[in-house]
Amino acid sequence: MFGRLTIEALPLYSAIAAGGAAVTVGGALLVAIVITWLKGWKYLWTEWLTSVDHKRIGIMYIVLALIMLLRGFVDAIMMRAQQAVALNSGGYLPPEHFDQIFSSHGTIMIFFMAMPFMTGLLNIAVPLQIGTRDVAFPFLNSLSLWLSAAGAGLVMVSLVIGKFSTAGWTGYPPYSGIAYSPGVGVDYWIWALLISGVGSTLSGINFLVTILKRRAPGMTLMRMPPFTWTAFCASLLMAFAFPALTVACLLLALDRLLGMHFFTNELGGNMMNYVNLFWIWGHPEVYILILPAFGVFSEVVATFCRKRLFGYESLVYATMAIGILSFTVWLHHFFTMGSSANVNAFFGVTTMIIAVPTGVKVFNWLLTMYRGRITFHPSMLWTVGFIVTFVIGGMTGVLLAMPPVDFLLHNTTFLVAHFHNMIIPGVLFGYLAGYMYWFPKAFGFKMNESWGKAAFWFWIVGFYLAFMPLYVLGLMGMPRRMEQYNDPSWQPWLVAASMGAVLILIGIACLVMQLVASIRDRKQAADLTGDPYDGATLEWATASPPPPYNFALLPEVRDREPLRDMKERGVSGAPAGTYQDIEIPMNSPVGVILGGLAFVLGFAVVWYIWWLAIVCGLAMWAVLIWRASDDHTDIILTAAEVEHMERARYRALEAARTAGRA
Amino acid sequence: MSTHAPAAHGHPHAEAAEIHEQRALGFWLYLMGDAVIFALLFMTYGIMVGNTAGGPTGKQLFDLNNAAVETALLLSSSITFGFATLAARQMSRQAALAWLAVTFVLGAGFIFLEVREFVGLIRAGAGPDRSGFLSAFFTLVGTHGTHVSFGLVWIVILGAQIAIKGLTLPVTSRLYRLGLFWHFLDIAWVGIFSVVYLPGLL
Repeated sequence: MFGRLTIEALPLYSAIAAGGAAVTVGGALLVAIVITWLKGWKYLWTEWLTSVDHKRIGIMYIVLALIMLLRGFVDAIMMRAQQAVALNSGGYLPPEHFDQIFSSHGTIMIFFMAMPFMTGLLNIAVPLQIGTRDVAFPFLNSLSLWLSAAGAGLVMVSLVIGKFSTAGWTGYPPYSGIAYSPGVGVDYWIWALLISGVGSTLSGINFLVTILKRRAPGMTLMRMPPFTWTAFCASLLMAFAFPALTVACLLLALDRLLGMHFFTNELGGNMMNYVNLFWIWGHPEVYILILPAFGVFSEVVATFCRKRLFGYESLVYATMAIGILSFTVWLHHFFTMGSSANVNAFFGVTTMIIAVPTGVKVFNWLLTMYRGRITFHPSMLWTVGFIVTFVIGGMTGVLLAMPPVDFLLHNTTFLVAHFHNMIIPGVLFGYLAGYMYWFPKAFGFKMNESWGKAAFWFWIVGFYLAFMPLYVLGLMGMPRRMEQYNDPSWQPWLVAASMGAVLILIGIACLVMQLVASIRDRKQAADLTGDPYDGATLEWATASPPPPYNFALLPEVRDREPLRDMKERGVSGAPAGTYQDIEIPMNSPVGVILGGLAFVLGFAVVWYIWWLAIVCGLAMWAVLIWRASDDHTDIILTAAEVEHMERARYRALEAARTAGRA
Repeated sequence: MSTHAPAAHGHPHAEAAEIHEQRALGFWLYLMGDAVIFALLFMTYGIMVGNTAGGPTGKQLFDLNNAAVETALLLSSSITFGFATLAARQMSRQAALAWLAVTFVLGAGFIFLEVREFVGLIRAGAGPDRSGFLSAFFTLVGTHGTHVSFGLVWIVILGAQIAIKGLTLPVTSRLYRLGLFWHFLDIAWVGIFSVVYLPGLL
């Protein structure tokens, strides 16, 4: 009836695991109680969970990302605390538990923090930047969100029911095979990735079509804002790299469930094929995450230096060059696997080449700042902090690109320091910059800058303190993922690193405070203009938050900086022309229902509850067929309704202007 | 907010055509992603074809006659699907349904032969858990077969839509995408025939 699910699955094997489970369940219950107390379920369901509006979907993605950031960070600080004390002792975490923590930390941060954060920013900004009313496939967009949430849900549930994988975030066989990992952990990992991976593939396709087919009249490709360009490139990579992850995970699942021999030790398995498949996805994934962050930096630099972006075209070509080259470097993740020297040399060279277009971009940003009037908005601080830190990480990357050096440093904490040095400034700082930059667009009020700046300083100092010691430790020969060690010379560095994690914790607390303070002061910080930074791109040409249709009249683009051009021509105020009926997609519960079914399906397969898996599979088919036969998925906003909403906005704006003058 | 169906207002035909063009592009992109999946499964098969682990090889297992009949069924089903598309373009509902039915029968015949082959192999002790080679074989060919089965379900659904709703714009646009899917599976099958069955026997 319940497969291999028994009462033993509860995490009573250690007090810490039980505590983690209690916090998770308690947190979920608390949220549910608060929503019930506020009588918010109906509002939440009709306005948010079933919404197909890209702006709301974007906000929900980012809420998911921030929750998972907290979870992933708890894992991180637990690891740092363990290593700070585990000299010649077991520390406070048993090995089995420590291994789950580093596996879930990586899995969560990549798949359920960074990916949703990135997709959320794309959702909020891209359709507005290209002047369209929605993405090409609004329902698919909602489905992608709920598939991502289903994957995240599986990882969270593994904290309470059963155990998570101990095979690291990359899940290398043969260890992740059924012979060495017979429990449910690897299955949780596989199904979380498979389900959310489908969502990411669909997001990629959705944004490709949106950007290719739905740009406002006059917006040629070379007039697209840099963030849209990077979003385009990242979507291309999502659509064509994620299938490789699907194959890798699916074959591993077949090994585990049906006893196949793709990656096993015996009967003709070849585990090196897994490593190749995984990184054929994995390296483009790095750029899926990092390119949109580069786009954010480009927008932020141009806006807060009051200049046109320096070398727009070179930035676009560099983006596309990175996109293509990202498919040619995957082998540098396993130089030590035993390929011939020539193969390793080839991938070492391509790895160094990919640093060139990235370097081009650094000069784009630096020269945009040169002689600009820089405003140190928190987003700008994240950007400057990124440039300095990322260049250091890039240089250690070029070191690791040399196979002989990599042989020495492979799987040491030097590698851990390197990729955190790329991903924390290159991805997370970028997303936080984008979050603070577009927050007023999404909600109609500005964020508190003091807390934002404090968050930045704690994060960046904490980052250096946490990760520079790991470079040193790597050079001293410390392997990654050690639950305990017996070399006393490592401990001071590990204690310093744990202090860095504490500073980052304060940085996260500042982010929370910033959100609280911003919501508290929302009246004073309200932005009625929709254009708080005197922006140059189209997302600032509409109200904040934008109406459901984004633009009452689709803007006409004549320049690379369309809004600045409209301001110069004096046509950026109330739109001339008459309003028309606007067709907008109707909210649909199908996305959230399918996400829920996918979650239960994944859970059922993990625990071998086959009848439930079959029921969920059939139910998903039925819902899909029902949806696919529905030809009436849009509603009409009449011209009068549009005019009413637009008038209200301009009246409020006028009132604010008058009040400001008085 | 009024909740009229858009049809009541009658939005311009051009706009509707644009939406279906976007859907066609999106579907092409999906197929390209699917092609990546097949490419990687082909690659995996190529790596593992020699890993028979002392078990049976392709030469001992494959039956060229069976594969040839499967090929004939699937390729002719593509032609009949083409006739269904032509009939739909001429707004001939009966002919479109009839050709879809023929396509379904041919596709179902293909699946029948494939399942029979698989069952025979498993009974003979050459199941996917016998060796890395057989894992790769069953997964590559089975993934294609799963796609064809989904295609069959889709043909039934679309047939029902044509029968109930007639050849409306949304329905014909779906028929166009199903056509892309069905023809794509032919291409994948030609790859399987040339990479799996022919070299396995020659």
